Amino acid sequence: MHEHDVVVVGAGGAGLRAAIAAQEAGADVAMVSKLHPVRSHTGAAEGGINAALRDADSWQDHAYDTMKGSDYLGDAPAVEALCQESPEEVIRLEHWGMPFSREDDGRVSQRPFGGLSFPRTTYAGAETGHQMLHTMYEQVVKRGITVYDEWHVMDLAVTDEDDPAERTCHGVVAYDIQSGEISGFRAKDGVILATGGMGQVFDHTTNAVANTGDGVAMAYRAGVPMEDMEFIQFHPTTLPSTGVLISEGVRGEGGILYNEDGERFMFEHGYANNDGELASRDVVSRAELTEVNEGRGIEDEYVHLDMRHLGEERILDRLENILHLAEDFEGADGLTEPMPVKPGQHYAMGGIETNEFGETVIDGLYAAGECACASVHGANRLGGNALPELIVFGKRAGRHAAGEEMGEAEVTTGRSSDWEPADYEFGVEVGETDGSDPAAADGGAVATDAESVVGGAVDRAQERVDELLSRKGRNHAEIRSAVQETMTANVNVFREEGRLEETLADLREAREAYKDVAVSDPSRTFNTDLIHTIETRNILDIAEALTMGALAREEFRGAHWRKEHQERKDEEWLKHTLISWNDGEPELWYKPVVLEGENKTYEPKSRSY
Amino acid sequence: MSTQIPKQTEESTETETEPASKGDERRAEKRRRAAERREQRQEEEAEKAAADESTVELKVFRYDPQVEGKQEPRFDTFHVPFTKGMTVLDALMYARDTYDSSLTFRHSCRQAVCGSDAMFVNGGQKLACKTQISDLDEPVRVEPLPHAEVTKDLVVDMEHFYDQMEAVEPYFQTNEYPDGELEEQRQDRENREKIKMSTRCIWCGACMSSCNIAAGDNEYLGPAAINKAYRFAMDEREGEEMKQKRLEIIEQEHGVWRCQTQFSCTEVCPKDIPLTEHIQELKREAVKNNLKFW
Repeated sequence: MHEHDVVVVGAGGAGLRAAIAAQEAGADVAMVSKLHPVRSHTGAAEGGINAALRDADSWQDHAYDTMKGSDYLGDAPAVEALCQESPEEVIRLEHWGMPFSREDDGRVSQRPFGGLSFPRTTYAGAETGHQMLHTMYEQVVKRGITVYDEWHVMDLAVTDEDDPAERTCHGVVAYDIQSGEISGFRAKDGVILATGGMGQVFDHTTNAVANTGDGVAMAYRAGVPMEDMEFIQFHPTTLPSTGVLISEGVRGEGGILYNEDGERFMFEHGYANNDGELASRDVVSRAELTEVNEGRGIEDEYVHLDMRHLGEERILDRLENILHLAEDFEGADGLTEPMPVKPGQHYAMGGIETNEFGETVIDGLYAAGECACASVHGANRLGGNALPELIVFGKRAGRHAAGEEMGEAEVTTGRSSDWEPADYEFGVEVGETDGSDPAAADGGAVATDAESVVGGAVDRAQERVDELLSRKGRNHAEIRSAVQETMTANVNVFREEGRLEETLADLREAREAYKDVAVSDPSRTFNTDLIHTIETRNILDIAEALTMGALAREEFRGAHWRKEHQERKDEEWLKHTLISWNDGEPELWYKPVVLEGENKTYEPKSRSY
Repeated sequence: MSTQIPKQTEESTETETEPASKGDERRAEKRRRAAERREQRQEEEAEKAAADESTVELKVFRYDPQVEGKQEPRFDTFHVPFTKGMTVLDALMYARDTYDSSLTFRHSCRQAVCGSDAMFVNGGQKLACKTQISDLDEPVRVEPLPHAEVTKDLVVDMEHFYDQMEAVEPYFQTNEYPDGELEEQRQDRENREKIKMSTRCIWCGACMSSCNIAAGDNEYLGPAAINKAYRFAMDEREGEEMKQKRLEIIEQEHGVWRCQTQFSCTEVCPKDIPLTEHIQELKREAVKNNLKFW
C-alpha cells in the first residue's frame, strides 16, 4: 500500500495546482493519473483565462458578469472567490514562466470574450491551456512531487456509515496500467478528485477520449450528491466532423458567423442584437441550430465562421493554432475561406457537490476543476472562466486538504436543513440493475480503520477485475456508443420531455446490457479493453443522472432549454438539482441557490445580450 | 457524419507581399503544400467514395509479452470501411472496437495536443490523430515508435524520454520578480515570438524516435529536451546568469554537440518546431559563451 498525506486523482490543471498548493502547505503529496500529466485535457483549452488585472476593470465586475452568465444559478460566495483570486493566480502563472501573449509594453495581453463587460481574457495565442498545463507540470517537476502516471483510479476507499455526511474517505484504489497490479493508496489528510470533464457521455464533443467522468461517478457511488448535472455547455464553434474546438477567441478577435444565405444571422435574425457573435455560448449555440433547423444551414448541418477579414498578421499572432486545426481536421484554410462550425458538447457545469474550499460532504474527500460543482458556472459558463476555476479551486482544495485553516464555508454540502425533496416521477426505473456487481456500486466497507477500509476497497477492485477478465460476455464498445448516440440525439442543445424519457429508457437498456460486459483481452499489460470497460460504467451513471436532472427541471435556464417550458421560472427554480446514489437508488432533491455574496446580493435580471 | 470540405477558393495570396522572415517563408510554403495536399485529398476521397464499400487495408504491429501467441511480434491486417476525413487514429479505433478489442494504442485528445498517439506510419513518425488516411499509400503500415522499448502493440515505454526532458531542469528559474504581487514580469513581444515555437512541444517523442544520434547514444539529451532548454535559455525573463547555467547544461558531453544536423527531428515534428535550428542556435550561443577575448 502506498501512503501519502494528500492524494490527488487526475493531473490536469486543477490536479497540478492542488498538488502544488498542498505541497507548499507542507503535505507529502502524490498525484495519481491514468494519463501522463502533460497528456491531460487542460492542454486542449484554447481561448484564455479571465482575470481582472487592469485598473479600469474590477473583480466585482467579473463577478457580476459571471453571475449574470450563470443565469443566477451560481453560488455567490464561490463566484466571488473565483473572481477575487484569479488575478493573483494568473500573475503567479506568469511568475512561473507561462508564455502569455504580450502587449507592446510587455504586459500580459487581454481580449474580449463572450458575456464579459471588459476585455479581461488573458491568453497565450490560441493554446492557453497547453501553456498553462506545461507551466504547472514544470513546477511539479521542480518540486519533486510524486506522480504515479498511467495509474487508473478505480474506486474510492470510504467508510460505510449510513449517512454520507458521517463517512470518511481514507484513500483510493488504483491499478498500474503498465503492469496490471492493483494497489491501495492511503491518504492521511485527504483525497482530491481532479478528474476533469465527462464529454464522452456524448458522441460529438470537444473533450478527449479519456474524459469519461471517472471522478464524478466514483464520488456519486460513494454517496456524494451530484449537483446541476443537467447543465451541459455546448460550444458554438466545433468542427463538424470531429468535434475539435475552434476557440471563442476567433469571435473575440472579430470572427463572424454566416448562414448559407450569407447572412450575419446573430444580428439579421435578431438572436443577440447587442453582442452578436459575442453573446453567451448558450445563446449562440441555439442560434446556430435554429438556422440549421430552419433550412439556412450549410449541408443541413453547420454554419460558417469567417476570420479572413482579420488579416493574416493578426491571425498568425493570436489564432495561429486555429489555422492548423481547421486545416488538419477539416481541410479548411482559415486564411482564404470560412471555417465550418456547429455546436458540440464542451463542458459540464455540474458535477461533484463541493463548497468553496472544494470539500464534499464526505470527510477527507475534495473535488476541484470541471469534475466539481462549487458552483461558479451555474446554468452557463462564460468563456475564459474554466481555467481560473482550475487554479483558484485547485489551490483552495490543496491547501484545505493539507490542513490549512480557511474559515467557515458559506456554501453548504449534503442534506442540510434547507434541502427540498423532489416529487418527480420518472416512469422508468433508474439506478443499479439487479444482478449487477454490487462491489462496484458500493463506496463503503464495514471497517472503519483506515488500513482496513483501503484494504477492503482493494480486495473488491481485485475481484471485479478478475471477474471481468475471466468471464465471457459483451464488449463495452457497443454499450458506450449506444449511450453516446441517445444522449446526443435527445439530451442536446434542444430538449423535449418525450425524448428525454426515451433516453432514460435507452440508458436502462444499456445498463441491462452492461450486466454482461466482459473484457476479452486477457493481458495484464496495458489493457485498454479493461480501462474502457470500467470507464463505460462511469459514463452510464453520469448519463442517467444528467438526464434525470434535465427531465425534472421544467424551465428554461442558461444552457438548459426545454420545449415545453420556454421561460426562466425564478419563483420555483432558483435552486440546485442534487442527485444522490443511495446504494444504487438515485434520489433527486434540491437546495436553494446562494445569491448573497460578500460584495453584494445578485438580483436576478433578465439575461439579454 | 459529414466532412464536407468547402470549395477551394483561389490560390493563396502570399506571393503579393515579400515574406518578412524565415518563419513566414516556412509558413507560406507549408500552406502551399497543404493546399496541394487538400486538392489531392479531395480528388482521392471523391474516387474512394465513388467506389462501393471502399475499405482501407491496415497492417498493424502486434506484440504482448503476457499473452501466448502474441509474444512473437507479428502484423495483423484489418480492413476498415473508408469514410471521408478518416484519420489513422479513426481507423485504428474502428478496428479495435469492431474486430479486436485487445488492439492497444495510446490516444486521448484526438486533436494533436496531448501527444499520446505518436506512431510509425508508413515509415514515418506521425501523430495518428492528424494523419489523414487519404494522404497515405495502402496498405497503411502502423508500427510503434522506433528506438523505444515496446510495451504492447503500438504502446512504447516513454520513461527514457521523460527522463531526458527532466534532465534539462525544465522549469522557469529567476530571482528577479517585480515589486508588486500583482505585477507581471515584462516581456518584449519579440522575445515572446522568439520562444513561441519552442513552447509548442507536446512531448510526443516523435523527434527522439527519428533521431539517429539518439538511437546510438542513449545518453544524448535529444531534440525535445534541447528544445525545452532553448525555450528557457532564450526567455529574457530568466536573466543572463541563468542563461549561462542553461548553456552549461546543454553543453555537456551528450548535449548539443552530438547533433549532426540531419534534420529528421524537424521533419517529423507534428507542431512544426524548427528543432534543428534551435539546436544549432544553442551551439552558437555556447561557442560565444566560451570565447573570451582578453
